[in-house]
Amino acid sequence: MTKLRILAVGVGGQGILLFSRVLGETCLNEGLPVAMSEVHGMAQRGGVVETNIVLGWKSPLISEGEADVLVGLEPVETLRALPRCRRDTVIISSTDPVVPQIVKDGLATYPELEPALAKLRETFDRVYLFPGEKLAKEAGTSRALNMVVLGALAGSGLLPLSKEAFLNSLRKLVKPKYIEANEKAFEAGFNVIK
Amino acid sequence: MHPIVEAAKGEKLLLLGNEAIVRGALEGGLRVAAAYPGTPSSEIGNLLFQIERDLPGLYFEFSTNEKVAMEVAAAAAASGLRSLTCMKHVGLNVAADALMTLAYIGVRGGMVIITADDPSCHSSQNEQDNRLYARFSGLPMLEPTTPDEARRMTAYAFELSEKLELPVILRTTTRVSHARAVVDTDELPDYSQPVKGRFEKDPRRWVPVPAVARVRHQVLLEKIREATVLADGSSWNRILGEGDFGIITSGVAVNYVLDALEELGLEGKVKVLVLGFTHPHPTGLLANFLKGIETCLVVEELEPFLEEAARLVAQERGLSTNILGKATGHLPRLYEFTPGLVKGALIRALGLEEQKPERPDLSWVPELPPRPPTLCPGCPHRETYLVVKEVLEELGEAENTIYPTDIGCYTLGLLPPIQMADYLICMGSSVGSSCGFSVATDQRIVSFIGDSTFFHAGLSPLASAVYNKHRFTLVIMDNETTAMTGHQPVPSQELRWPGLEDRPRIDLEAVVKALGVPQVVTINPYRKEEAKAAVKPILASNELGVIISKAPCILFRGRAKK
Repeated sequence: MTKLRILAVGVGGQGILLFSRVLGETCLNEGLPVAMSEVHGMAQRGGVVETNIVLGWKSPLISEGEADVLVGLEPVETLRALPRCRRDTVIISSTDPVVPQIVKDGLATYPELEPALAKLRETFDRVYLFPGEKLAKEAGTSRALNMVVLGALAGSGLLPLSKEAFLNSLRKLVKPKYIEANEKAFEAGFNVIK
Repeated sequence: MHPIVEAAKGEKLLLLGNEAIVRGALEGGLRVAAAYPGTPSSEIGNLLFQIERDLPGLYFEFSTNEKVAMEVAAAAAASGLRSLTCMKHVGLNVAADALMTLAYIGVRGGMVIITADDPSCHSSQNEQDNRLYARFSGLPMLEPTTPDEARRMTAYAFELSEKLELPVILRTTTRVSHARAVVDTDELPDYSQPVKGRFEKDPRRWVPVPAVARVRHQVLLEKIREATVLADGSSWNRILGEGDFGIITSGVAVNYVLDALEELGLEGKVKVLVLGFTHPHPTGLLANFLKGIETCLVVEELEPFLEEAARLVAQERGLSTNILGKATGHLPRLYEFTPGLVKGALIRALGLEEQKPERPDLSWVPELPPRPPTLCPGCPHRETYLVVKEVLEELGEAENTIYPTDIGCYTLGLLPPIQMADYLICMGSSVGSSCGFSVATDQRIVSFIGDSTFFHAGLSPLASAVYNKHRFTLVIMDNETTAMTGHQPVPSQELRWPGLEDRPRIDLEAVVKALGVPQVVTINPYRKEEAKAAVKPILASNELGVIISKAPCILFRGRAKK
C-alpha cells in the first residue's frame, strides 16, 4: 500500500485548495486512501497557507521531519517549510516569488533567492525547481500556477497515479472555460520534471 | 442540485468534516436547522444555506446569534422535528443560557448541537474546551475522529437524542471539521415535501418555573444514568489491541495515536480505548479497561476531561493503575496536538529510545519575511479607520483615545499602520466595554463594530448606553455582510445572495435612531473629505454618537447583487 505524506505550501490566493482538491479527487477515483487537512478562515488572502495530504496514514497532519514530499507554490514558503523535511524528502517548488505586503511597505526584506536555492539543492537529495508562474503564463494564465505544480508532482512519479487520472479530475473540478489553460499548465509542469 | 445531496447510497465522496456532518444530518432526517457562522463551524451553515433552496423538506436559517439559533432548533425539536444548530466553541457561550435549561426541558424530535472547537486558536480569541459544557449541562456528547465518523455520528445523534429526549452535543475540532477525507454515503430520506411538526402543550414539561425545574433536574439526573449505560455499551467506544500498557484517547488524537503505534511497530501490542461517546463518561467501560492494565496514558487535546474521569473511576473502584497524561506532564494542556508530539509522549511513557530521523542542517536558511493577515487591497474598513484617525489627529485627540474593537475582519485594525484596536473580549464587547471606559476614565472613546456583530450582540449594550447616558462614539462598519466567515447574510444588507431578494431589510440608521442615540450619521468612507466633515462634530462631542460607515465588502460586491 502506498504510504506518503505530502506537504503543500503557498500563499493565500495561489489556488492551493484547488490543487489539493484535484489531487484528493484523483486519489479517491483511483481508490487510494487519502486524507488531508486544510486551513480556512481568518483573512488568508496573502497569508501563509498549507495543505497536509496523507496517503495510507490516518493523521491528516504532518509534523517536523515527517514530510515525504514538499510541494511549494512559492519559494519563500518552500524554505519556511523545510523543518518539516528530512534529507530524503523530495522537494518540488516554483521559484517565482510572491512579495508580501509587509516587504512592499518596507517593514521586512525578501531574501535573495539564488544563493538560498543553491543551498537547497545541495542539502536535499531530490530537488525540482522551476518558474511555475512563468510556465502558467505561457499556458494561458498565471492563475494556473497551481496546476503547473500539480503537473510536476504527477510527473515526479512519486504517486501511483496516471497522468490521465489527474486530468480527469482536473476537468471535473475546473470551470469549463478555464479547462484548456489548466490542462496546458498541468502538461508544462509534468514535462518540466518527467 | 448540490453533489452532496445528489450522491446515491454507497457513493464515495471526498468531503470536509463539516460537509460530512451535513450529509450525516440529511441521512438522519434533519428538518430544521439554524446557525450563526463562526470558524471552524462555518461550512456547515454555508452548505445548509446552499442546499435548502433545492429541498422543500428542509428549513435552514442564519439567525442573528447562536442563542437565537439554538432556540429555533429547540422549538422545532419540541414540536417533534429533527433539528440542528451549529456554532464555533465561543458561540456556545452565547447560547449557554438556552443550553443549560434546555437540558432540563429536553426535546421530542432529535436535536443535535454542533460545537466546533479551535485548539491553538487558529481563528478564535480563546481555545476553551467545550467538552466541559457536556459535563456542565449534563448532556450526552459524541466526538468524531474523522469526516466519515462525523457523518455517521451525526445521523446516530438524532436517534440517541430521541431515545433520551435530550439534545446531543457533537463536538469537533478544527482538525476534524477541516479535514478532508473519503466519506461513505447512506440513503437520504425524501426531502421533496415540506414537513410540519406539532407542539403538544404540557406546561409541567416545557415551562421551567421553579416547581417544574426542580422536577426536571431530577429527570435530567436519571437520564444521565440511563445515558451512562448507553455509553458503556456504545460501539463508538471500542478497544483495540492487547497488553499491560493502555491508552485512552478521543477526537483527532485517535489518529495520531494509531499512526504512532504503527510507526513504532507496536500495533496490537498496546491496549487502546478509543472513545467516541465521551459524555456521560462510560464509567463501567473505563473501570474494566483500567483493571486490565498497569499503566495508562490519556491522549486528548486541551483539558484533562477523560483523564480526570479515569482518575475518578480508579479512585472509586480502588484501582491502582498508573494514569499518565497532563497531570504527570506527559502531554500539554495547551494548543492542538501534532502526530510528532503524541509519538514523543508515547515514547516517553513507554520508556522507549527515540529514533530521530536525520535532520539536514538548515542554518543557511535566510530570515524569511512573515505574511501576517491583512485587510484586502481596497477594503472599506481601511478607509473608515483613516477617516476617523485623521479627524482625531486634527482634534488633537488621537493619543487620548481608547479604541475598543470587536470580532470581524476589522479586528486587523490592530496592526500597523492603523493600530486602532485597544480592547476586545468577545462578540459585542466593543459597545459594552465602551460604557465601562466612559465611566472609569476621562479618555475619549471610539469603538468599532461590524454590521453582523452589531445585530449579534451590539443592540442591547447600545440601548444600555443610551439609557445610562454613556459618552462614546460607536462606528458601525457596515460592509453589508458577515465577511470574515464567508459572506453570510445580514438583516441590514442591500446586496443579496440570489433567493434572498424578497427578505425585508432592517435599516441600521433607523434602528440606531429608534434606540434614542442623540447623534447619528451615515458616511461613505471612500469619499474621504465629505466623510471627515460629517463625523467631526460627533468625534468632538462628549455625548454618545454613532457613525455608520457604509460600503460593501469588495469581495462580496463581486459575488452578490443588488
